[in-house]
Amino acid sequence: MSTLFFNARLIDPEAGTDTPGSVLVWNGRIAAVEKKAADPAQMLHTQGLTPDDVTRVDCGGKCLAPGIVDMGVKVCEPGERHKESYKSAGLAAAAGGVTTIVTRPDTTPAIDSPETLEFVTRRAQADTPVNVLPMAALTKGRDGREMTEIGFLMDAGAVAFSDCDHVVSNTKVFQRALTYARSCGALVIAHPQEPGLSKGAAATSGKFAALYGLPAVSPMAERMGLDRDIALLEMTGAKYHADQITTARALPALERAKANGLDITAGTSVHHLTLNELDVAGYRSFFKVKPPLRSEDDRLAVVEAVRTGLIDIISSMHTPQDEESKRLPFEEAAAGAVALETLLPAALRLYHAELLDLPTLFRAMSLNPARRLGLESGRLAAEAPADLVLFDADVPFVLDRFKLRSKSQNTPYDGQRMQGRVEATYVAGEPVYRRD
Amino acid sequence: MSFEHRHLLGIEPLKPHEITAILDLADEYVELNRRPEKHSDVLAGLTQINMFFENSTRTQASFELAGKRLGADVMNMAMQASSIKKGETLIDTAMTLNAMHPDLLVVRHPHSGAVDLLAQKVNCAVLNAGDGKHEHPTQALLDALTIRRSKGRLHRLNIAICGDIAHSRVARSNLILLGKMENRIRLIGPPTLVPGQFAEFGAEIYDDMREGLKDVDVVMMLRLQKERMDGGFIPSEREYYHRYGLDAEKLALAKPDAIVMHPGPMNRGVEIDGTLADDINRSVIQEQVEMGVAVRMAAMDLLARNLRAERQSKAG
Repeated sequence: MSTLFFNARLIDPEAGTDTPGSVLVWNGRIAAVEKKAADPAQMLHTQGLTPDDVTRVDCGGKCLAPGIVDMGVKVCEPGERHKESYKSAGLAAAAGGVTTIVTRPDTTPAIDSPETLEFVTRRAQADTPVNVLPMAALTKGRDGREMTEIGFLMDAGAVAFSDCDHVVSNTKVFQRALTYARSCGALVIAHPQEPGLSKGAAATSGKFAALYGLPAVSPMAERMGLDRDIALLEMTGAKYHADQITTARALPALERAKANGLDITAGTSVHHLTLNELDVAGYRSFFKVKPPLRSEDDRLAVVEAVRTGLIDIISSMHTPQDEESKRLPFEEAAAGAVALETLLPAALRLYHAELLDLPTLFRAMSLNPARRLGLESGRLAAEAPADLVLFDADVPFVLDRFKLRSKSQNTPYDGQRMQGRVEATYVAGEPVYRRD
Repeated sequence: MSFEHRHLLGIEPLKPHEITAILDLADEYVELNRRPEKHSDVLAGLTQINMFFENSTRTQASFELAGKRLGADVMNMAMQASSIKKGETLIDTAMTLNAMHPDLLVVRHPHSGAVDLLAQKVNCAVLNAGDGKHEHPTQALLDALTIRRSKGRLHRLNIAICGDIAHSRVARSNLILLGKMENRIRLIGPPTLVPGQFAEFGAEIYDDMREGLKDVDVVMMLRLQKERMDGGFIPSEREYYHRYGLDAEKLALAKPDAIVMHPGPMNRGVEIDGTLADDINRSVIQEQVEMGVAVRMAAMDLLARNLRAERQSKAG
């Protein structure tokens, strides 16, 4: 029933600390946290436990952090189970240190009714070792015309409402949906983008897109989309999260909206934090994501916004695509990348580049998403669920996409040098992954 | 002569001396093409397949003639009509063709980068005959040869490229080639068709055509690519002609011996005055077509030499 993790480097995003210490887990929850290098026997003694009651895990000085809460994961059930199933996504998440996946409703058909939501909940429970929390569509069929049954869907377990990369372009429909969602206390997640400008775009406008002859969108389209949404928040008072803020020009608007007391948070994807538009060189379709990769200046501005906390959440934006969807000319290729397993090693690039420290990374990957969804997890503190990730922050390796556990292996990091690897993942105190 | 490339996918990977090598060889082929007996056998025994995923009459005919004059077995495939409609992907099409052992594959495709993708999957030489809005290398080479023969050099010239730059692969390849050969390039057109990013490639951008044409040596007109436009880029063709169409009055601002070029097919009365296009003292449009065959012969000859050398070294 009890596990003692000792000799660990504790990453506590709430306190912002990175210290040696131990964590005692009892009955699926954290019972005590000791933030100094203590003798394990001593700690058990103070807790009134005898060594026989307790499984001891020597962390060997490696990092122990609250498990990642990944907002915006696409599992391709229903509709395209060959790209990713709950089983394969669960294995990938566990291997990536992700203890809670918040699933997207952009499936085929969209998850826009309590019945489809119940189907995916059942599938998730049967097959997934990590926590799964589903999101539901904001409008029926994600086509921006009629709002979904937000109340019923919340009763069925929907934790947030989103049309994903479809922008509700009819402002009146979006206003009503936000107003109604507020009355239910529902969180609405939107994709800030001016859809008229971004239609057909495969790259960000700039020298690179001009040279490669790719249809491009101005980075300003993101700020225009965000500006509209912020105005609607002022009108409706809804609870709002921008799924991906990826450009410098959108940041001042976000900052003002927060300063004005609107209930707004923002996320970004690990790809936009670690890659830029030039990585597409040679029309590599694994680097095609939505919104498209940005300039290096934008990337650095967004990293800085994560550091200051202006951008709250980092997510994987895990989007499985099979080989057939990607082995096409860049314009025709599907957008998206898998990232459940690469989220942590990729995010650690920012740590090794000395741009972000580990507590800041876990604030954005664990604490803030849990808080935004009203979960108890994401913390390294007594009473919190014992969802934990044990990882070596420094070990180098070369990523081989064919070793990923996802059914689809469309990662932009294939063949790249990474640093940092998950050793073990625990959900409610039980191991769901151990590196062999 | 050094030209160490397996494919001709664009101008971007070429070095200035390699561009010169192609043009020098093309000059020899111009002479051959002007003889009554126009046949050579440097490509004898090799198979050339022209795969056009986009309509083309001129470029396809030029490549076909170039291959035939050099003795290759040439086959044309009109791809819009065939397997693509049956749902086959580009890569499957490439693999199918590859199994037929072609030696030279000439490809045009409506999407940028598609020819690069295809080249990765086949083991023959691939020539890009235009991919989306990306590159059209043989067009830039034939333009360069036309300029070099007409002006006696291919450097330190003032060259104006006018019109629909945004949708033009010809403009991109020319911009890169003429830049590599150290010319001054001006891009002239309405700002909706001349994206500001091109200034970063070292070109000067003008939205006033009269100002842009002052003292240029070469005026390159581009076709208004109506089929690539997905919305209003210009208010009307007549206003476009008034502001950006080349006529004798605007041409008078260029150097007195400035030449007029157009990659064809022309929209007479939209981007160029018909009489001017036919003026043999100024227009080199017909020479461009002639140079096209010679440049394509030179490019295929060079690639075939590399292909044969590669196969020989593998066999040996």
